[in-house]
Amino acid sequence: MKIAVLSGKGGTGKTLVSVNLAAVAEKGGYFDCDVEEPNGHLFLKPSDIEEEEVTSLKPVVDMDKCDGCRVCVDACVYKALAYIPGELMIFDEICHACGLCTHLCPRQALTETKRVIGTIRRGRRGSLSVHTGTMHIGESTGVPIIKELLKKLDDDLSIIDSPPGSGCLVLETIAHADYCILVAEPTIFGAQNLALVHELTQVMNKPAGVLLNKVEDGINPSELYAKEKTLKILGSLPYDSYVALENSNAELLVERSEKYRTFFLELLKEVVDEATLAAQR
Amino acid sequence: MKQLLLLSGKGGTGKTTVATGLIQLSQAKAYADCDVDAPNLHLVLGTFDNHTTKPYYDLPKAVIDPNRCTECGLCYQVCRFDAIAENPYRVIPHLCEGCTFCTHVCPAGAIALEETVAGTIELHTRGDETFSTATLKMGSGTTGLLVTEVKKQIKDKAEFAILDGSPGIGCPVIASLTGVDLVLMVAEPSLSGISDLKRVIQNARQLQVPICVIVNKSDVNEELTERIRHYCAKEALPFLGTIPYDREAVAAINSGQSLIERGGPASEAIQEIYHKVMKELEAL
Amino acid sequence: MIIAIPAEEKSLDSVISVNFGRSPYYCIYDTEKEQSTFVENKAVERSGGAGVEAAQNLVDRKIDALVTFRLGDHAAKVLTTAKIKVLKAVNLSIADNIAKVLDHSLEELNEVHPGGINKG
Repeated sequence: MKIAVLSGKGGTGKTLVSVNLAAVAEKGGYFDCDVEEPNGHLFLKPSDIEEEEVTSLKPVVDMDKCDGCRVCVDACVYKALAYIPGELMIFDEICHACGLCTHLCPRQALTETKRVIGTIRRGRRGSLSVHTGTMHIGESTGVPIIKELLKKLDDDLSIIDSPPGSGCLVLETIAHADYCILVAEPTIFGAQNLALVHELTQVMNKPAGVLLNKVEDGINPSELYAKEKTLKILGSLPYDSYVALENSNAELLVERSEKYRTFFLELLKEVVDEATLAAQR
Repeated sequence: MKQLLLLSGKGGTGKTTVATGLIQLSQAKAYADCDVDAPNLHLVLGTFDNHTTKPYYDLPKAVIDPNRCTECGLCYQVCRFDAIAENPYRVIPHLCEGCTFCTHVCPAGAIALEETVAGTIELHTRGDETFSTATLKMGSGTTGLLVTEVKKQIKDKAEFAILDGSPGIGCPVIASLTGVDLVLMVAEPSLSGISDLKRVIQNARQLQVPICVIVNKSDVNEELTERIRHYCAKEALPFLGTIPYDREAVAAINSGQSLIERGGPASEAIQEIYHKVMKELEAL
Repeated sequence: MIIAIPAEEKSLDSVISVNFGRSPYYCIYDTEKEQSTFVENKAVERSGGAGVEAAQNLVDRKIDALVTFRLGDHAAKVLTTAKIKVLKAVNLSIADNIAKVLDHSLEELNEVHPGGINKG
């Protein structure tokens, strides 16, 4: 089962849920796809880390062959090229590595070489494999890093910690998921963003359930939304300053508290059951 | 027009809640939600009388005309983004990055580029108040241009404007920083929050915008709050105060009530911070 | 010499645009002919690469100097490679800044900010 954990909004508890589920499962893999600001490794503290670079292609010019025709400069929709007489400037961070300029150059003055756009670190925490992707600052997209990261998905059990929002990074992250956990806060902001991310799972045809987090007394707009849309509510975590404290110190709840260990074991079972049911439909 | 921008680095630190309080206290007549990925400010500002929208365009995307397609498959071969599907050959819009490579190789002229609406820019007014925001279509990438457009709409509409910034460290944050007078960083006392805070401060410094810092939900982890205070002292960044975690704040937001009216520890803390922020702005 | 200045409006009384790459217009001033023209910035609608395109357009116009408040690092590289002087603007009108250029009383702009887009 490949389970993705999403929230439309930052700070709702995506990472909290992902790392604790992965830790309590003690098998399979945890994949941190929040490549702009990965935090899961702070909690899981993996060891035996192997690093790989993620590369993209960049055009390189041989100025002996370049005659300043500017076909490349004009054709590039991203404006990653500029021509000053005697020099063709190439801006790697703006370049999308589409290959068009290299293809069009009438003098074959352009060739493509690899360049590093991010890093993947794969390690272990007991029987759990931990995979972290980091995008280098200034790069135009984190999608290639997520793609590379998810090549090692474990079909038995994978917990995929997705980036916040509902943009192209999130789409890439949930593309291979069997089931999505939507984490939601009990505020109107939380409900609004829950709706956004729920819509995303519908567009991508992914079964989903809701985990209510930081629940207080009183009306919970996210719970109301879930009920209105007949979304399965997988569980509910009341606001607990103890949780907030442990989380702020990047400590795993399931290691420090029997109560929460039980909660996440039950949640894991619930999620796997729901995912199995959904797969059968 | 003086502009105050709220940033946080990480999401969920309470930027929008603080921004709402400051808007109410300052009675600012111009405000903007630059968090175009997940706009929230409109939920707490009540209703407006006048609304105008305009589309925001991304790069034009490729579209294959099945009637002209000869099924040679060249487009499929050259596309680096897996945006062309086979049987029949067609473009998957959310994967297309608009590079136009396919249009250059198609021997049948079957591929055209079509304008794509990636989002909507919105302007809302009531009386002398102006509120600018935008929404992104699902799956689109956030860019600095959209944030720049949102900011442009409130330019010179009032003497003082408050901008609710976007989380993260990317281009939308940089775009929100250009031309503002003061940044208020809303930090949270967590290890991940601190590392993200430092990255955003770096960006703001490069753009030479003055920064001041507050810690929200400070009592969640007093030790880390101290660490942030200490960091600010070391870096000569004005530390304007802390806001405790307050259930009243959540209840107020949810019932659409003004945080300031409802009162409570968070409300009081924000009021103190408001006075300090205005002093910083005047001193500039 | 030919000076370029990012302009909010098509007037010598206009303020200088805070944005270089997305400035609506550029004032192109020829100091010998004492003539100014205002050109539209084609890069203004771009979601990425605005700095590069705007800089390329100014290079193609053979300017000698740019007066601006801020400059992104990509545009800066283009202008430096083309040996165009970059001067730091002061908070006055375009006309006043031109006078200061002729007076040699503007400093060189040394700080550039990070540029580029970050999609997704």
